Amino acid sequence: MLDASEGYITEDGRKIGGVVMEMKNITLRFGGVVAIKDISFDIREGEIRAIIGPNGAGKSSMLNVISGFYVPQEGEVWFHGQKRPPMRPYEVARQGIARTFQNIALFEGMSVLDNVMTGRLNYMQAGLFAQAIWRGKAEREETENREAVEKIIDFLEIQHIRKTPVSRLPYGLKKRVELARALAAEPKLLLLDEPMAGMNVEEKEDMSRFILDVNDEFGTTIALIEHDMGVVMDLSDRVVVMDYGKKIGDGTPDEVRNNQEVIDAYLGVAHD
Amino acid sequence: MFYREAGDFKTSYVADNQTFPIKFDRYRYYAVLVVAFGIIPFVINDYWANALLLPFLIYAIAAIGLNILVGYCGQVSLGTGGFMAVGAYACYKLMTAFPEVSMFIHVILAGGITAAVGVLFGLPSLRIKGFYLAVATLAAQFFLVWLFNRVPWFYNYSASGQINAPERDVFGIIITGPNAPAWATYLFCLIFLTACAVIARNLTRGTMGRTWMAIRDMDIAAEIIGVNPLKAKMTAFAVSSFFVGISGALFFALYLGAVEVGEAFGIQKSFLVLFMVIIGGLGSIFGSFAGAAFLVLLPVVLKVVGADMLGWPTDIVAHLQLVIVGALIITFLIMEPHGLAQLWRVAKEKLRLWPFPH
Ligand SMILES: Nc1ncnc2c1ncn2[C@@H]1O[C@H](COP(=O)(O)OP(=O)(O)O)[C@@H](O)[C@H]1O
Ligand SMILES: [Mg+2]
Repeated sequence: MLDASEGYITEDGRKIGGVVMEMKNITLRFGGVVAIKDISFDIREGEIRAIIGPNGAGKSSMLNVISGFYVPQEGEVWFHGQKRPPMRPYEVARQGIARTFQNIALFEGMSVLDNVMTGRLNYMQAGLFAQAIWRGKAEREETENREAVEKIIDFLEIQHIRKTPVSRLPYGLKKRVELARALAAEPKLLLLDEPMAGMNVEEKEDMSRFILDVNDEFGTTIALIEHDMGVVMDLSDRVVVMDYGKKIGDGTPDEVRNNQEVIDAYLGVAHD
Repeated sequence: MFYREAGDFKTSYVADNQTFPIKFDRYRYYAVLVVAFGIIPFVINDYWANALLLPFLIYAIAAIGLNILVGYCGQVSLGTGGFMAVGAYACYKLMTAFPEVSMFIHVILAGGITAAVGVLFGLPSLRIKGFYLAVATLAAQFFLVWLFNRVPWFYNYSASGQINAPERDVFGIIITGPNAPAWATYLFCLIFLTACAVIARNLTRGTMGRTWMAIRDMDIAAEIIGVNPLKAKMTAFAVSSFFVGISGALFFALYLGAVEVGEAFGIQKSFLVLFMVIIGGLGSIFGSFAGAAFLVLLPVVLKVVGADMLGWPTDIVAHLQLVIVGALIITFLIMEPHGLAQLWRVAKEKLRLWPFPH
């Protein structure tokens, strides 16, 4: 169904390109615990790729491998057709990979605006001296990047809280601010770890809409982890299913839904 | 309703990003500058300079420096006294080696040397945090004091082991030694404080400040969004130590004149500056001023009110000071970690809405 090199057009008319990220035989162990067992999958340009599976399946660990936070014992990460050498997380960020976290990781002591501005750190190059006197490049960069950030703030409809300290925000808005910070980096690949966990129905709908809009308007490639099967089926182009660190399914939502192993894994979860 | 932002709309991001976005604050800031530069130099005398003004100006610089490290970047340091000593001894060596060079240059260079030393002693922060980092900086404190005591080269082999500031001038005006007029030493320190405060404000409102605060609030997330933790922490140590070094140089050359390192820059100095930062407000430039003012004023006020007016014994007054500071530290740490600066912000917020809070 999928051609290895070229892309395809989805039912709703979005263009999916070639492979941008490829995980090859990744194995990740924590002492005796094998969090990821020999998993391979790829992510195509412009697609929304979901990773699902019961708790403890190794989904977050997989995102952590992609963002350079965990170094797998075995396997290779290929990005844009090149094998990625071992990298620090900030170097991965500079390659155009941004993410949100399962447990919100905002900078609690800073305002919403400052949090989102940190997303643009990689676009700010003014030296210490220019910043100290607040002239030239420093001042110019601040204004330019503020403009970019304001666009994202508008896009995610958080104008009214831009000067609010993050610590005062309710959970749902924090999730949105975290998405704003990731988007501010204008990433090529956006990783979302359970962006809708703990949200009510209305908030989930908002978040789904934002994710689709990001993908649609900016053409951002998205890999997301989600529990809610309904949401996953609606949002994603292709799904990886993990269970106990192993990959037990990979394909379109329909293919995955009818996969017996996947059904068993999910029924198993429902029973305990 | 004399304090307000209503009607004070921002039409550009530059305007929204000023140091004092509200007109009223801006005017008050100009007023303070006019008084500090235009009036005080004409009315100052030796008592005011030595009892209040010089220590306030110099400690404010140190507090700004420490606040950058602790309040903005979240790296605890108990080595402030030691780093001030580095500034003082660097300044002394430069003053005696290059007598004809301007004191401005010496003080700035002393700051630069302290910055380098600060980075060196800041390296452990890459591996350790919190309590352990505090202990490591404490070790730096003791090591530096020991070093300046033990290596005679640092005090030019003087018999007393002390360092004494020789007489130096700037543009023909004597600013060190016993013949320096109060207004000149005051202005010299004031210029440095103003420059340091402006630089600190600029650094903390921009990219650098956000990088530091990101490390402070959540270092793992900071690294994942692209902050190089090595660079962020080392710049914080460098900038912080630069200011602390300047304050040490001024403390020695313009305020004390003669220094015995353990006495002037011992561990109690580290705590004093840390208390200023905590009482004034972590992560606030204004708080650094407030904390320095408070801890410089407190003993003077207690002495005037307690000892002179009420006739209390001096040792009681001294103990009372310790009790007050201790109680305040505990109160602020538990109830208001952002210190006097936050109390001031809350008061302003109330005032902004007054008299119609709804
Ligand atoms: N830093 C870590 N140290 C030790 N074990 C870990 C660590 N991170 C994850 N694990 C283990 O790896 C497994 C997968 O965890 P995780 O990736 O968080 O699962 P998921 O996100 O699918 O719920 C779990 O057994 C978890 O306990
Ligand atoms: Mg998880």
